Amino acid sequence: MTVRRAVPAAVAPTALDVPAPHTIARRSRRAAVILGALLVLAVGTALLAACVGSVGVPLAETLRVLTGQPTLDPQMGVLLTDIRLPRVATAAVAGAGLAVAGLVMQTLFSNPLADPYILGVSSGAGLGVAVVTIGSGSAASAFAAAVGGSGRLGVVGAAAVGAGAVLALVLLLGRWVRSVVALLIIGVMIGAVAGAGVSLLLAFADPARAQKFVLWGLGSVAGTDWPDLVLLAPVVLAGIVLAGTLSRSLNVLLLGERYAESMGVAVRRVRGLAITATALIAGAVTAFCGPIAFLGIAVPHLARLALGSSDHRVLVPGCALLGAAVCQLCAVVAQLPGQDGVLPLNVTTAVIGAPVVVAVLLRSRRLSAGAVT
Amino acid sequence: MSAATRTAVGLRLHGLSVGYRGGLGHSHRNTRTIVADLSLTADPGAVTMLLGPNGSGKSTLLRTVACLQPALAGRVEVDGADLTRMSPRMRARSLAVVLTERFDPGLLTGGEVVALGRHPHLGASGSLSPADRAAVANALAVMHAEDLAPVRVAELSDGQRQRIMVARALAQQPRLLVLDEPTAFLDAPARIELLERLRVIAAARDIAVVLSTHDVETALRAGGVAWLICPGADRRTVISGRIEDLAADGAINVAFDSTAVTFHPDSGTFRLR
Repeated sequence: MTVRRAVPAAVAPTALDVPAPHTIARRSRRAAVILGALLVLAVGTALLAACVGSVGVPLAETLRVLTGQPTLDPQMGVLLTDIRLPRVATAAVAGAGLAVAGLVMQTLFSNPLADPYILGVSSGAGLGVAVVTIGSGSAASAFAAAVGGSGRLGVVGAAAVGAGAVLALVLLLGRWVRSVVALLIIGVMIGAVAGAGVSLLLAFADPARAQKFVLWGLGSVAGTDWPDLVLLAPVVLAGIVLAGTLSRSLNVLLLGERYAESMGVAVRRVRGLAITATALIAGAVTAFCGPIAFLGIAVPHLARLALGSSDHRVLVPGCALLGAAVCQLCAVVAQLPGQDGVLPLNVTTAVIGAPVVVAVLLRSRRLSAGAVT
Repeated sequence: MSAATRTAVGLRLHGLSVGYRGGLGHSHRNTRTIVADLSLTADPGAVTMLLGPNGSGKSTLLRTVACLQPALAGRVEVDGADLTRMSPRMRARSLAVVLTERFDPGLLTGGEVVALGRHPHLGASGSLSPADRAAVANALAVMHAEDLAPVRVAELSDGQRQRIMVARALAQQPRLLVLDEPTAFLDAPARIELLERLRVIAAARDIAVVLSTHDVETALRAGGVAWLICPGADRRTVISGRIEDLAADGAINVAFDSTAVTFHPDSGTFRLR
């Protein structure tokens, strides 16, 4: 009976304007401060990446180029505008995109190990690239000719076609699939079939051409020029913005698809849009940079820890900024051998990043799709 | 009590058939009907309990009422509007559910989860208005969960988590609240307390509350109207009535008795034969 007496006063519909609890206000202020810090980090790492390389560039020269003033050393100006800055911009775009795509996939599949490639997009891109770089026979040459030859343009085109084909297949099959787990399995199976195609091509490939394919698979942000970026940046940005518009739905999806549906989320539509955003990002980045590993899975976890939140409205910008910063750092480390050459990007992302993530996870108690806590 | 008011007429099932369609292509050959042609009413301002043994199709019926599973035929009406024809967003303003399934809450706090209940009401900006905040605060207060608001859901006990999930459903300000086995993980005092609290909420908000349970003993103690899933000659049927009457006239025996155990209406308990 105590319950009966205690509740009605609180139950009565109240028109009182209840102010925001202090905790909510404090949390959002804290998130804003951390996002500001991540922005500083992203800009700082970008400047660092512009200055570090086979030839060191003074920070003052970099700032002159960025502000449109002539450099003291003309050669530095050419180096910065033609080589360094495209590389820095590519790293920022790729890092930001892959981190956001990884976040979206981890939430969509409620799986802490999900990454942007989980639906087989990179495997499709890889098969496309394998066909143009190492394929032989009339069909392969016809495909290569259609996507722009077996040169750089052809590689980009083939990767885009492969990624797009996988996306179309996943979305098509997704129309009949109710459960997201089944969709995940379909993605993995498509990836396996594409991977088998690559293996088949590699088995009969001329070693020199196989080498070219292997190099593509190591990932790089160094091969892009400004015309590439004109294509890459808007596509990735569109994917990030699309993911951002899904933030509120993704928050509700943290409770699971059933709850989300009962709370007014059009789950299938959100699923389709999330997959599209991820495929735009992963497809474009893979086409220009190869399959850059690790960032997409690790950065979302680091961003959740940094922001102390599972709210996608702060996690999407947080992942974009942190992803850009981490990718810059990995690219800088890849340049460290200096005159002796460049490390493969996937080596640095894994060798630097994996221990960091493991250390962070070991200090925390639990790994989950929503967060590490 | 206020079932006679014009707008609040509660939940009405019209010729509802529940079951599973076949796989790809929805061929009728594989359709499995569990209960057919149900016409039932759950009044606003009261709690209606859906009773049936495990495996009797309780959850399937409840999920269909909650539009989480398509009906084979018929309509699910709340205050005169057909839920099955609404967009998810409009439906979520009429209907809220509390499910048994667990999810990974990540870093979400209790307050954040309850605030997610405002999702179907939010405008394009997505920010909570004072009215939204009031609904959240009210829902937390009703469930005595204000102290859980700043705590991460991952750190809550089953019972506390349950209170947060019910508060989230109330923040949706639904006309119908559906709960699937809400008492399953609670101890005996907490079970009675939850049922009593739901009764108070139903009355105060004049909404229909439907919950499923296989716990006949607690349900009988709480009293009220029940829908009982009974095995029929051809197919299962659902009979509606006051739970005391269902116990007295032997309907609960028909639904629940096994070769080893029988229900004693006098004591309201199950005993070995």
